[in-house]
Amino acid sequence: MSTDVLAAVAAEPGVPKPNPILVVDDVRRTFGGLVAVDVRHLEVERGTITSLIGPNGAGKTTLFNCLTGFDRPQAGYWAFDGHRLEGRFAYQIPRYGLVRTFQLTKALDRLTVMENMLLASRGNRGERLLGALLRPSWRHTEDAARQRAERLLETFELTRMGHDLAGTLSGGQRKLLEMARALMTEPAAILLDEPMAGVNPRLRQTLCEHIEGLRDGGLTVFLIEHDMDVVMGISDWVVCMAEGNVISEGPPAVVRADPAVVDAYLGSHDGLAPVDERESHEDETS
Amino acid sequence: MDVLNVFLDAIRVAIGPQAAVFALAGVGLNLQFGYAGLLNFGQVAFMLAGAYGASMTVDAGGPLWLGILVGMAAALVVAMLFGLPALRLRADYLAIVTISVGEIIRLLVRSSTLEPVTNGVFGYRDFAAWFYAINPIPAGRYGVGNLAFPARTLWLIVVAWTLVLLASLLVLGLMRSPWGRVVRGIREDEDAVRSLGKNVFMYKLQALALGGLMGALAGSLRAIDSQAVRPDFFLTITTFMIYAAVILGGAGTIIGPTIGAMALWFVISFSEGLLRLGIESGVIEFLDPEDVAAIRFMIVGLALILLVVFRPQGLAGKPEAGLLDEH
Ligand SMILES: Nc1ncnc2c1ncn2[C@@H]1O[C@H](COP(=O)(O)OP(=O)(O)OP(=O)(O)O)[C@@H](O)[C@H]1O
Ligand SMILES: [Mg+2]
Repeated sequence: MSTDVLAAVAAEPGVPKPNPILVVDDVRRTFGGLVAVDVRHLEVERGTITSLIGPNGAGKTTLFNCLTGFDRPQAGYWAFDGHRLEGRFAYQIPRYGLVRTFQLTKALDRLTVMENMLLASRGNRGERLLGALLRPSWRHTEDAARQRAERLLETFELTRMGHDLAGTLSGGQRKLLEMARALMTEPAAILLDEPMAGVNPRLRQTLCEHIEGLRDGGLTVFLIEHDMDVVMGISDWVVCMAEGNVISEGPPAVVRADPAVVDAYLGSHDGLAPVDERESHEDETS
Repeated sequence: MDVLNVFLDAIRVAIGPQAAVFALAGVGLNLQFGYAGLLNFGQVAFMLAGAYGASMTVDAGGPLWLGILVGMAAALVVAMLFGLPALRLRADYLAIVTISVGEIIRLLVRSSTLEPVTNGVFGYRDFAAWFYAINPIPAGRYGVGNLAFPARTLWLIVVAWTLVLLASLLVLGLMRSPWGRVVRGIREDEDAVRSLGKNVFMYKLQALALGGLMGALAGSLRAIDSQAVRPDFFLTITTFMIYAAVILGGAGTIIGPTIGAMALWFVISFSEGLLRLGIESGVIEFLDPEDVAAIRFMIVGLALILLVVFRPQGLAGKPEAGLLDEH
């Protein structure tokens, strides 16, 4: 377990880590007058599960979007595995070993589950227009990709669905597929945006085990999650954002008890309790 | 004229050069729209490039086969004009750019300023002698009754449908390759494909250009068929007719554009023939013969509406493909 690595790290925002894979500096994204993200310094330790929490609208998704080239911050820079990534296009990011999933699941509906997986494979020679018609030139990479896909589908219990169109999967299965598909890119780190949303409790347990398995296999997992039970259960480290800033970080229990975190949630009428925060969100309007 | 002859006439049109031209342009549009999800509303501009490439090259003293290649090269330029400004933006911007750039190209070609280069509104005539000179089919009429073609038309039909077949096989091969998988993925959700490390822009540009090359070939064929090229042959309405053919046949299927083009021309010709027959024989009294040309398009429109309601996946599409769209 990599928790030990972080045992000596102080629980304070922006604290340096022994072996960070992702280092974020002064990233600022505003929409008109609204400061969506304003992160001074943030490090994510390699080989850990780090959770990003915070009330609705805290800027978590926007931070992910900036880091992965889906949004352009007005300022800031960040490095992944020693490579500076600011200014890169979204499609270039996975080449550095960084891949993300989306808060609103993006299954490719009219492709089969297996096609969804194969599409994500790396260095597939048949993906070049010249050569696409020469099956012998790409059969080798395609077969290798298929083997990897079959292993991943088995891990995520999707083998049975391989030939089904992804559009026919249930919401939870789509989440699983999206995660498995991201892993096809052979990443060093994966950013998951609310992987548990809409997933039933039994499957949540399984999904948590998968994520821990990935971490134990050496992958870095940086995930946004609202379910406090999940966050407390699987995180090696927790980062809390509010109004664009990192207001707290540390081991799960420490962050949970941090008055700044409690304040942030109370201030947003979200509540830290493991109830669905969307219920309390409705109180706001009433 | 009786109903059988009207029917045979309609079959003749459905397998004739016009239908083949629509099918070929449709195979290209289907690659762009049906598989890559690109809203290209300027397919007719690719056809214009093919037609003018052929006729202008011959007019300048070059051979027709070179002209066809020039037309294809011009189509690549059109693809850049469409794609570079709009492919990075949201899907609907491509629709706006293609429809307007397509019109701009046509208006430039017909303008007085460019008349020394393009012959303006007059265009070109009789530039395809070479094509008919190499016709290996002996002179004569082939077929029975109303369903017969002279040798020169038959030659064009054979060449045109062969090109449709080759283009369809090319699309089939590509769609079964990893390249086609990425392209179909882009149609579903381009951000997802981007997040998996694919250069979505390049794939879209390639699909647009490849479909445009087929459009250019179709344009050359159209020019060869009529032995005449004028800017006003290339109105945006033609793009919409090709859309009608693709959707009728089944967007995102291999044979959809071919079936759709045949069905479209069959419906146009058959309804026209029946209306004329009805008027001549006195069964239909309330219609003026001059309105027939307009009414047949209304019938096509009605057929399309019925199809969209009862068979949204098109004649050749699989039912589940239509249902999934409702997500
Ligand atoms: N494209 C945009 N245009 C304008 N405002 C935006 C845009 N994207 C995000 N915002 C704003 O930025 C803020 C942060 O949004 P973001 O989606 O990052 O929050 P979040 O922490 O992911 O919330 P949630 O937990 O609800 O998903 C919000 O106030 C949101 O309204
Ligand atoms: Mg979010």
